[in-house]
Amino acid sequence: MSSSAVHSLWTTAAEGKLDKIPAPHIEYAQLAPTLIVLGAALIGVLVEAFVPRRSRYYVQVFLSVVALAAAFAAVVGLAAGGYGTTKAHIAAMGAIAVDGPALFLQGTILLASVVAVFTFAERRLDPEAHGNRVDSFAAQAASVPGSDSEQAAVKAGFTTTEVFPLALFAVSGMLVFPAANDLLTLFVALEVFSLPLYLLCALARRKRLMSQEAAVKYFLLGAFSSAFLLFGIALLYGYAGSVSYATIADVVSGSVQNVDPALAGTMGNDALLLIGGAMILMGLLFKVGAVPFHMWTPDVYQGAPTPVTGFMAAATKVAAFGALLRLLYVVLPGMSWDWRPVMWGVAIITMLGGAVVAITQTDIKRLLAYSSIAHAGFILAGVIATNADGISSVLFYLGAYSFVTIGAFAVVTLVRDAGGEATHLSKWAGLGRRSPLVAAVFAVFLLAFAGIPLTSGFSGKFAVFKAAAEGGAGALVVVGVISSAVAAFFYIRVIVLMFFSEPKADGPTVAVPSALTTAAIGVGVAVTLVLGVAPQYFLDLAHNASVFVR
Amino acid sequence: MNPVNYLYLAALLFTIGAAGVLIRRNAIVVFMCVELMLNACNLAFVCFSRLHGNLDGQIIAFFTMVVAAAEVVVGLAIIVSLFRSRHSASVDDASLMKL
Repeated sequence: MSSSAVHSLWTTAAEGKLDKIPAPHIEYAQLAPTLIVLGAALIGVLVEAFVPRRSRYYVQVFLSVVALAAAFAAVVGLAAGGYGTTKAHIAAMGAIAVDGPALFLQGTILLASVVAVFTFAERRLDPEAHGNRVDSFAAQAASVPGSDSEQAAVKAGFTTTEVFPLALFAVSGMLVFPAANDLLTLFVALEVFSLPLYLLCALARRKRLMSQEAAVKYFLLGAFSSAFLLFGIALLYGYAGSVSYATIADVVSGSVQNVDPALAGTMGNDALLLIGGAMILMGLLFKVGAVPFHMWTPDVYQGAPTPVTGFMAAATKVAAFGALLRLLYVVLPGMSWDWRPVMWGVAIITMLGGAVVAITQTDIKRLLAYSSIAHAGFILAGVIATNADGISSVLFYLGAYSFVTIGAFAVVTLVRDAGGEATHLSKWAGLGRRSPLVAAVFAVFLLAFAGIPLTSGFSGKFAVFKAAAEGGAGALVVVGVISSAVAAFFYIRVIVLMFFSEPKADGPTVAVPSALTTAAIGVGVAVTLVLGVAPQYFLDLAHNASVFVR
Repeated sequence: MNPVNYLYLAALLFTIGAAGVLIRRNAIVVFMCVELMLNACNLAFVCFSRLHGNLDGQIIAFFTMVVAAAEVVVGLAIIVSLFRSRHSASVDDASLMKL
């Protein structure tokens, strides 16, 4: 194409030679889940501005739960209407895919978010401050920790109810992320869910310095990785001349029609494709928390308020794996010979690295962070399978894993001493003697993480490893089983610590939660056991949802 | 002029930004280096847009600017709150959570 082509696009438009620009056709009904959550988030911002301070908390909690439930109903409605299978198609002028994996993951994210919002809203765990019930979030985020203004804010009974709209914004980005069908939407969705998460990390009520430090680390590294993702997008755009997934896939596989001279020039340049694809993968693997892009995970998980950690660990992982699956299965299947060896390596070091480093941890939140890294590795094994079973097993694993994670972090919020949550492992010694029920529930979650039969972790791992083995990744399965065994060691060690050691005299107490956290933990246990004992219905559901629209 | 030269410039700017993120110690400067990387991406987008003769890349550059602006809002808020509580914006000082 001539070098003046771009210029002429502007001038012909200015001279009125073009016909009317047709208005884009948006299928609002099929985008309803995202739009409901986004709308509720905007209303939440208005609530912060106009509703009196004392009733904001109730309005925000009600609004968030109703919006998430309505969005979930919309997802179920779309799935029942066949948009997950026969009517799967690409909506919003090619920007959003409405198909099985997208709807399945959106449903998972929404259910996990409802549970996470319950833990956000918990106000019974901390002792009352000046007669006001307090939640896990700072009284006033802008006040310096330990300053007079902070004390004044606590005394006045301020609470950061902004966490609810922030969480809703994050959820809306996460809903778009696995459904994004062009690279621009992918990038915008990534930022829409990342930016609120950076803020949520900084809002802890206790240990605020640590919380702010976690936010800075997460923010700087997150921005760094999204810059890599964006440059990768630029290179792929340069390679294919388009950011649409379908077009890029055509160009990659060489089945593109009408090649203009510019495209012919860039298509021959494999450096653009390989470097671009690698940089996009880097950005997504960062969000997933895979080794060697996992450095942020332990610090951020430890420093962030525990309800936020649970939300982040569950929902972000679901969204990011959804986007990763779509990228590898829809955009880059034509170069699977190039990315499979790399992903093999990443999966192996993620599984082993997460499991081995977790052994040395002494903080329960850091331990769960490294465990989440190991789990990212197991899920990557399913991603590498490159067959339909690979997709469905990853979908199932994500659903099972997210509820266990939120439940486990909800239990962590209950074990407290004078300084807030007692996260050091030594303080958990003898917990089973002092409060058998909480310890037993936590043991169930740990067994599910370890993948013991009759828990959801076992069904998930079995499905993923089976898919990987059928996909020709037998060696990966062997590594996976070995690192599962390593991981089981430190999960079991925590259980032994809880039940078979003497409680210390100055040990932590277990707070009695309100119905909210109880519900979150109850849902976690129920999902763990149901998916462990009778997984078939959900495996079928994931199997039916496992076809990407192209 | 050959548009490919601008691509080399974009890659160079991106590398300078990435090196700055890894080397510099002040959170604000680290953040500025990230912004430099985003601008390098913009240059690459506009350059590819010219190369292919479609407007996608130029539109994406606008999106990137908006995203970068939103990132500044969030990022500076976090960095300023860190600075106010520690009187230092050094990323080395923020080490409460070392293994």
